[in-house]
Amino acid sequence: MCSSFLRGVALVVLLVGSAEARELRVCADPNNLPFSNEAGEGLENKLVALVAEELGAEIRYTWWAQRRGFLRNTLKADACDLVPGLPANLEGVRTTAPYYRSSYVFVTRTEGPEVASFNDPILRDVKVGVHLIGDDGWNTPPAHALARRGIVENVRGYMIYGDYNEPNPPAGILRALAVREIDVAVVWGPLGGYFASREAVPLRVTPVRPAFDGPRLPMVFDISMAVRKEDEGLRQEVDAALARRRTEVDLILAAYGVPRAEPTFKHAEAGR
Amino acid sequence: MGRSLLLALGILLSFLSPSPSRAQTASQPQPTAPPFATTPDDGQWTMPAKNHASTRYSDLSEINAENVKNLQVAFTFSTGVNRGQESAPLVVGGTMYVLSPYPNILYALDLAQPGAPLKWQYNPKPAAAAQGVACCDVVNRGPTFANGRIYFTTLDAHVVAVNAETGEEVWKTKLGEISRGETMTMAPLVAKDKVIVGISGGEYGVRGWIHALDANTGKSVWKAYSTGPDQDVKIGPNFKPFYDSDKGQDLGVTTWPADAWQQGGGTVWGWLSYDPDLNLLYHGTGNPGPWNPSQRPGDNKWTAGIFARDLDTGEARWFYQTAPHDLHDWDTINELVLLDTEWEGQQRKVLVHPGRTGFVYVIDRTTGEVLSAKPFHALTAVTGVDLKTGRLQYNAEKEPVNNRVVRDICPTAPGSKDWNPSAFSQKTGLLYIPHMNLCMDWESVEPNYIAGTPYVGAEVRMFPGPGGHMGEFSAWDIKEGKELWTVKERFPVWSGAVATAGDVVFYGNMEGWFKAVHARTGEVLWQFKTSSGIVGQPTTYRGPDGKQYVAILSGVGGWAGAVVSGDLDPRDGTAALGFVNAVRDLKNVTTKGGTLYVFKLP
Repeated sequence: MCSSFLRGVALVVLLVGSAEARELRVCADPNNLPFSNEAGEGLENKLVALVAEELGAEIRYTWWAQRRGFLRNTLKADACDLVPGLPANLEGVRTTAPYYRSSYVFVTRTEGPEVASFNDPILRDVKVGVHLIGDDGWNTPPAHALARRGIVENVRGYMIYGDYNEPNPPAGILRALAVREIDVAVVWGPLGGYFASREAVPLRVTPVRPAFDGPRLPMVFDISMAVRKEDEGLRQEVDAALARRRTEVDLILAAYGVPRAEPTFKHAEAGR
Repeated sequence: MGRSLLLALGILLSFLSPSPSRAQTASQPQPTAPPFATTPDDGQWTMPAKNHASTRYSDLSEINAENVKNLQVAFTFSTGVNRGQESAPLVVGGTMYVLSPYPNILYALDLAQPGAPLKWQYNPKPAAAAQGVACCDVVNRGPTFANGRIYFTTLDAHVVAVNAETGEEVWKTKLGEISRGETMTMAPLVAKDKVIVGISGGEYGVRGWIHALDANTGKSVWKAYSTGPDQDVKIGPNFKPFYDSDKGQDLGVTTWPADAWQQGGGTVWGWLSYDPDLNLLYHGTGNPGPWNPSQRPGDNKWTAGIFARDLDTGEARWFYQTAPHDLHDWDTINELVLLDTEWEGQQRKVLVHPGRTGFVYVIDRTTGEVLSAKPFHALTAVTGVDLKTGRLQYNAEKEPVNNRVVRDICPTAPGSKDWNPSAFSQKTGLLYIPHMNLCMDWESVEPNYIAGTPYVGAEVRMFPGPGGHMGEFSAWDIKEGKELWTVKERFPVWSGAVATAGDVVFYGNMEGWFKAVHARTGEVLWQFKTSSGIVGQPTTYRGPDGKQYVAILSGVGGWAGAVVSGDLDPRDGTAALGFVNAVRDLKNVTTKGGTLYVFKLP
């Protein structure tokens, strides 16, 4: 951290000449709470605001749906310099040190059965909802964890894409849970944590177990911000900003109900 | 070329007989186009497939193997859109019609005037979806003409009818929601008084369908889904599939886990054919998705197969599944060429389909019986087709199972051949197939994300198949089920083909060369370097001056060309679902484009 912090300071000094008009160009999805939306109501919007404050910069957003081709059309097309909320070590970009780790979660109605593990026999008897991505035969890790246990007949799929004319399309699966179309929704933690408290029916959020379903099927992911590969300087600045505002970062994540997994953050990854 | 040259010479000799029209009758009669597709050629090209049998064959012979070397540019025209130009230029009377990729602008060019000036243009103004919402592709595979109107589809899932004389909109019907990932890229087929179209968007969980509209009003006549209860699929008492695995009630439901069919894919985005004598419409269905294979045990009817339907009612008559429980993304949307042939002593009406699976299928189009399925591509993922059961034989070792590294899977996800159509020569009796020569590694997993949700994905890398080249243009003997000659291409061949009575066959490559090859030998007789890679469909016509012309759109793109048209990073081999690894050098040989080229003899 120390050395990169110093380098970050050096860069800030270099940028002082244009500091008055500094812009932080950010690309984000305009319709995807709890992460981001055009009204700036998402947790990533709040985190980006912290970073901008630290950098003394004004935020300028380019809005783009986070789907296939998102990075190609945004960060890589130079429409922006920073994208929040991507998996750490994502290929093709340079990611910051992760600022949170979350887990896929089981979301259930509080009056219903509690589920904590993919090995819970009740998953064979109730209606389970998963998100579908359909990327070359891959779907979310929970979808695979269920399939490899032979749990398929009682599984319902909800396209993560949904209808983009609706607010926050991926949230449809939690509405389905509230209206009893399904009994368990297995979703990415921040989505589950946020919408569970906003449905009319009381819902319970439990991180899935096991956290790694075999060596290649992680249920926990570290989340970072990303810059272009060659923007090492900006990456260090953002890293430093997030580190300095660590307490506020945690408060924001808590306010949005993000289920946190055990942090094992590697703050300085040499040679990346 | 070397190895096939000797072979080709032998074939050439066998073709040289005193009767030039049916030279090959000496050995055994070759297939022919059905009578409804062999009416005297009027020199027009009014639908992408030329006729309802989809032969893409022209009787014109002014341009022949002797003089084709003199071809020169007659005129050019810019579509104004530098994306993949997969469309076919049409000619009706003295007018040429050219359709651009999204935003799907239709241009009418006056062939009677020098330089073919623009008569009018029609812009359907398709909805610009929220940025990033529409999927990868912005291509369009062409307009079609009938009853004084030009019909085409738009990316935002509308079907449009335009007055062919004036360019005025006659009707426009919305059939899908782009915000739900429903798009259209296919060329409609007009048969009798109906316009037939289908939906794209399998990767977004769209449940596939085919829809017949009244050609005069754009109103719905019938609609049939590719999954779900028999009623939705329009399966009734007259449905008589040939194979037992397609018999039973509501297989579109029972061959899936509960409700998985509701997002089952089976989209209809490819080629349609129509036999007016049988009144049957033929169409394929896309791959099952977006479930991964282990989430959808069963045959996943009626995805990845071919339907024959009554044109008037949409009622299904037979179905054949080329890829039951598809593992490899093998849509069955490729062209369906209708031919008549003698087969083991009997006269048969057949449908010939060079499939993504790697086989050229010869199917009895009255019954759905597979007469033959012979490989035209290096295969490791499949071993054959059992003609008793009709079933594709998968090689379990090459199954792309999650959490496993699988190497040398051939063919790849786009298959041995994708959408770009082959041509059948009524003169040689051969099918000319533009195709690929690709294999892939299903390497491992890598973090990915969609809409804020992280997951792990496959790292797919495609690479050249045996021989080190990625594309081939092959002449195929349908009855023997074997290749007669092949032109090897460095990159995948992503253009269509046209065959002519002048014994010349045309196609283009992704480097931008437009080529004329000898129909009997494969010898490249002429080639012209256009401004960008070619992924379009050549057509040929007789102009108002009585001369024969050949037309092609140049402009690289589509899945194979996305590295150029979509500005993908050539260092990211897994981009475009792994295609970029194979074609990363494409950026070094071509740039984006969107230009019509028309050629004639001096």
